[in-house]
Amino acid sequence: MAVAQVKTDATEARIAALTLPAGGWSDAARQDALARVRQMGLPGSRDEYWKYTKPQSLVSAEPLPAALFDGEEEDMFGARDRLKIVFVDGVFDAEASDDLSLEGVSIARLADVADIHWAKDIYGVLETNGQDPVERPLAALNTAFASDGVLIHVTGKPSKPINLIYSHASETSDVMLHHVIKVDADAEVTILENGPAAARFNKVMEVDIADTGALHHVRTQGRDHERRAATHTFARLGKESTFKSFTLTANGVMTRNECVIELTGDDAVAHVAGACMGDGDFHHDDTVFITHDAVNCESRQVFKKVLRNGATGVFQGKILVKPDAQKTDGYQISQSLLLDDDSQFLAKPELEIYADDVACSHGSTSGAIDEDGLFYLRARGVPRGIAEDLLTIAFIAEAVQEIEDEDLQEEINGRVAGWLARRRG
Amino acid sequence: MLEIKNLHVKLEDEDKQILKGVDLTVESGKVHAIMGPNGSGKSTLSYVLSGKDGYEVTEGTAALEGEEILEMEAEERAAAGLFLAFQYPVEIPGVGNMTFLRTAVNAQRKARGEEEMTSAEFLKVIRAKAKDLKIDADMLKRPVNVGFSGGEKKRNEILQMAMLEPKMCILDETDSGLDVDAMKLVADGVNALRDAGRSFLVITHYQRLLDHIKPDVVHIMANGRIIKTGGPELALEVETQGYAHLLEEA
Ligand SMILES: Nc1ncnc2c1ncn2[C@@H]1O[C@H](COP(=O)(O)OP(=O)(O)O)[C@@H](O)[C@H]1O
Ligand SMILES: [Mg+2]
Repeated sequence: MAVAQVKTDATEARIAALTLPAGGWSDAARQDALARVRQMGLPGSRDEYWKYTKPQSLVSAEPLPAALFDGEEEDMFGARDRLKIVFVDGVFDAEASDDLSLEGVSIARLADVADIHWAKDIYGVLETNGQDPVERPLAALNTAFASDGVLIHVTGKPSKPINLIYSHASETSDVMLHHVIKVDADAEVTILENGPAAARFNKVMEVDIADTGALHHVRTQGRDHERRAATHTFARLGKESTFKSFTLTANGVMTRNECVIELTGDDAVAHVAGACMGDGDFHHDDTVFITHDAVNCESRQVFKKVLRNGATGVFQGKILVKPDAQKTDGYQISQSLLLDDDSQFLAKPELEIYADDVACSHGSTSGAIDEDGLFYLRARGVPRGIAEDLLTIAFIAEAVQEIEDEDLQEEINGRVAGWLARRRG
Repeated sequence: MLEIKNLHVKLEDEDKQILKGVDLTVESGKVHAIMGPNGSGKSTLSYVLSGKDGYEVTEGTAALEGEEILEMEAEERAAAGLFLAFQYPVEIPGVGNMTFLRTAVNAQRKARGEEEMTSAEFLKVIRAKAKDLKIDADMLKRPVNVGFSGGEKKRNEILQMAMLEPKMCILDETDSGLDVDAMKLVADGVNALRDAGRSFLVITHYQRLLDHIKPDVVHIMANGRIIKTGGPELALEVETQGYAHLLEEA
């Protein structure tokens, strides 16, 4: 299909503002990605997949400026022992980062160019797979132009999580990072991500999990109010492997988090969850595509959005069950709690099932605080504001509980409580 | 303790008068019972006293220990010592029973300028009280009332009452849906709290509960008014003869 001229122009304008990094082993993938971007064109407002989220600010040649958060960006996962890898406006900060050696894992930087690297088999490969049946041009753009990222090969069970921290220092930073994570058989790792990253952030994470491997992913997207982000997670799961991902988004004017998962080995488990807290000029989009291509796999999508003061939440979630994916167990729920009449939630849940022996359920709801619950709490002496906060945290609980580590659940709840308390004044 | 005068209440959104002049005084340390046919306004009275939205007081007053309560927020009334055991306890998914109770206890203490309870203290007290009501640890951890049986919900109300130590307790059909054993448990819980500084308003359909919780005064409510007041014998009269003759008298 020919790409419309306006789209071609916008795409070329964006590409012209970028320079292809010297890629070494990734050069071929980058060239290929660039060609694919040109062929697809960057997202435009007429694209069906961008019906609810305006892509302009994510594709424009220059980013819109974003003021820095006017308080201290807290060290979200600072309470725990972890291996810290810090990027400031997308630039690796060796000083602020820990030594990258850790038993059970080997970590390298994308920017440390070599001629050959294990990541070559994954870089851009999962992203390319994820372009079918729905195009994700921003991810291809990232494969072509990503300036840095981490390449993590998990060979065992490292004793502590790896924490990617993204600081935002310049009001006009425009950053692309691309991570590759390869998890071997029986290996298991926890990846934590936090921080606003940049005025505009485009991030891709490709995750390849071998049979019986496991990856836990927990991320918070930073407190900057004006930052914009388009992120893609591509995961490929082998037999009896596990992928669990949770994202908390509080603040940021524009966020599009895409998660594309392929269950390729029998008995694999994939859970993707998210909670977002939106206030005012806030647009948050979770777009998920899970493909079941093996027997007896389980997938869960659990997304909760708390919206107030004119904020917008979007959920596009799909479960595709291929003909041979018998005994699939698929669950999808997306819910919004609208704290006032100005906010809106747009949801497009989809099931496409070609196997006959499957159990898939999905649901989507939008509602206000439960008045009966509120009165019950108040009748016991809990002041209205605190009662509303309790009910709000209860509302997102199903998503937060997708995190296996209970301490992390508490930390996420604490962060949400802080967000709510600040808004109560 | 509680003094209600000429209370008239209508629905906020509808032109429907529900309470049509209720007069009722509960003295300190006393147990009053209210009986009456379905739809006579008993639950409405308990909701209006505890501050639920959706009702409009068109006339009359209600005072707790001499202080007008009808203008107060629901949480202020609770902190002032008013407690309602709900006819239909509300389920709150996602909020643990224990978290809920601790938040409530400490919110009330804070409102009264008292020191908050530490987790350790709270745990000790709640465990002891839960045991008396045969509420197990699992029920304390589960989300408030979610998946509780009818009897468990009612026992949970009494546990809350025991933890919050209110001065004026209103029990709205706490006996409904309880078998004999559960009713005995609930009645024991209530009786354990009886003392000179605490009053009860027990709303019930049946004499049954009043065998266990002996009332000092019994009121009959019908069509939004108290139509008759007497001693415990009035409850027995209702039990044997029903309400019809009382309604005719009124
Ligand atoms: N929120 C409401 N909306 C409509 N009708 C109500 C509402 N609350 C109470 N009523 C009506 O008021 C009357 C009294 O109800 P209620 O107080 O529940 O009586 P009781 O507890 O004595 O059975 C009934 O006719 C009931 O239908
Ligand atoms: Mg009733």
